[in-house]
Amino acid sequence: MRGYLSLLAFQLRTSFALALQYRVDFVLEGFIEVFWTVTALVPLFVIYDVREAVAGWSFGEALMVTGCFTLLQAVLEGVISPCMTLVVEQIRKGTFDFVLLKPKDSQFLVSTARVMPWRAVNVVTAGVLFAVGFAEIGRAPALLDLAVAAALLVAGIAILYSLWMVAASVAFWVVKIDNLTFLFSSIFDAARWPSSVFRGFLRVLFTFVIPLAVMTTFPAQALLGRAGTVEIVGGLGTAVLALVVSRRLWVRAVGRYTSASS
Amino acid sequence: MSVRRSLQAFPTMLRIGFAEALAYRAEMLVWILSTTMPLVMLAIWHAVARDEPIGRFGGDEMIAYFLATFIVRQLTGSWLAWMINAEVRDGTLGLRLLRPVHPLLSYAADALAALPVRGLLSIPIATVALVVFAGPELETRPAVWVVWLFAVLGGWLITLAVNLAIGCLAMLIESSIKVMDVWLALYFVFSGYMLPVELFPDWARDVLDWLPFRYQLGLPVELMTGAYELEHGLVMLGRQWIVVAATFGLVALLWRAGVRRFAAFGG
Repeated sequence: MRGYLSLLAFQLRTSFALALQYRVDFVLEGFIEVFWTVTALVPLFVIYDVREAVAGWSFGEALMVTGCFTLLQAVLEGVISPCMTLVVEQIRKGTFDFVLLKPKDSQFLVSTARVMPWRAVNVVTAGVLFAVGFAEIGRAPALLDLAVAAALLVAGIAILYSLWMVAASVAFWVVKIDNLTFLFSSIFDAARWPSSVFRGFLRVLFTFVIPLAVMTTFPAQALLGRAGTVEIVGGLGTAVLALVVSRRLWVRAVGRYTSASS
Repeated sequence: MSVRRSLQAFPTMLRIGFAEALAYRAEMLVWILSTTMPLVMLAIWHAVARDEPIGRFGGDEMIAYFLATFIVRQLTGSWLAWMINAEVRDGTLGLRLLRPVHPLLSYAADALAALPVRGLLSIPIATVALVVFAGPELETRPAVWVVWLFAVLGGWLITLAVNLAIGCLAMLIESSIKVMDVWLALYFVFSGYMLPVELFPDWARDVLDWLPFRYQLGLPVELMTGAYELEHGLVMLGRQWIVVAATFGLVALLWRAGVRRFAAFGG
């Protein structure tokens, strides 16, 4: 365990050194990430300009969901996505051999291989959204609610990570998956809205197939002190299930790996 | 090579582009699936307008608007900025320069040839859905549909020109993908893609009338859903074609500046 912790610290140091090397580029990337987030808020403003509440969510409450979404997206862009891009490239080129040669768990190695700190700048934007949201509602969050929300956000990140892990595992079979991750990101974009907005087919899709509701609406409900047993157990349970399934798939996928040159 | 000879070669270039698009049809399907944002926006705006309409938009009008958005996006979409960026980086643009056809024309042929494949996969389904769920909300006057045809052509041309211009920019600043990212963010919000332009407050709409985004997508969609009287539609079409001319002027400028600097890396 201690070996893995010091390995993690080492991997992070390497990533930061790499990020500092291309700092102009990465500052620009950070700027664009924030720009995207802010422009994507425009529809929210227009909607609440004409309506007090939508599907039972007031402006301040909807900002909580958007905040959770922004936070998860920052983690996705800054940590999960760079690692997955790297591993897919390694599989395609055959340099994944070098990962397998190392005496540590391959999933751990690929999942910590690259962090792009500038792209995670939206964590700050998420904080601002939470603050504005609570100011709008007119009260501060309770400590217990914060703790539950934090737990559910971690669960959300775990689910997101598992989905991308599944995509990376699929790369062992089909090699070219860059448009698959693009597809996932565009579907994930729906998570910026409270899940009660969706009805019928989309509701089933976003709850059970791609659990967007669990990832952003549940933590937002927790922040507002509205999370019941269903949300807490559902959120944590989905996360554990997703991690187990993606781990098993990864192990099977690595077992099939035949390298690129042989 | 003269313009006449270039035009003679154009059908062949279209056939090649079509064959290429067909060869990567599975990939194309994924690209189409990833342009499903209008359907998500439809769900949201439908929830907003279901019980009480906003402006001219009730629930059914929202369905018509966003299905029309999906169709027009499929008809006018372009990814040439990314393609040109890749070709500038790996130097294959040099090969295009060697051919006796103007590179910009060959890019345009690629874009045009991919349209039928994209369209065949998605537009019939969306059109049936549009007629079934929101038939009464659609425009019925044939004259307006003629204006619509030109508006779609104009929207396609503006999108093409913007992609070419940003692609040419890559020759000057090495990578212009981030410029495209910024453009895309503005396009999503201000073209009518995420929300109808008509729902913006008045002052914002006045600004948007002067920006190119609405003419890329919003105008054809509004024409389809009966937002305009014929005269007003024609005025908007006129403004759109001014934007078409302006963006192609920009392409000409950037191409001339870019090709002078282009050094064909690795070539």
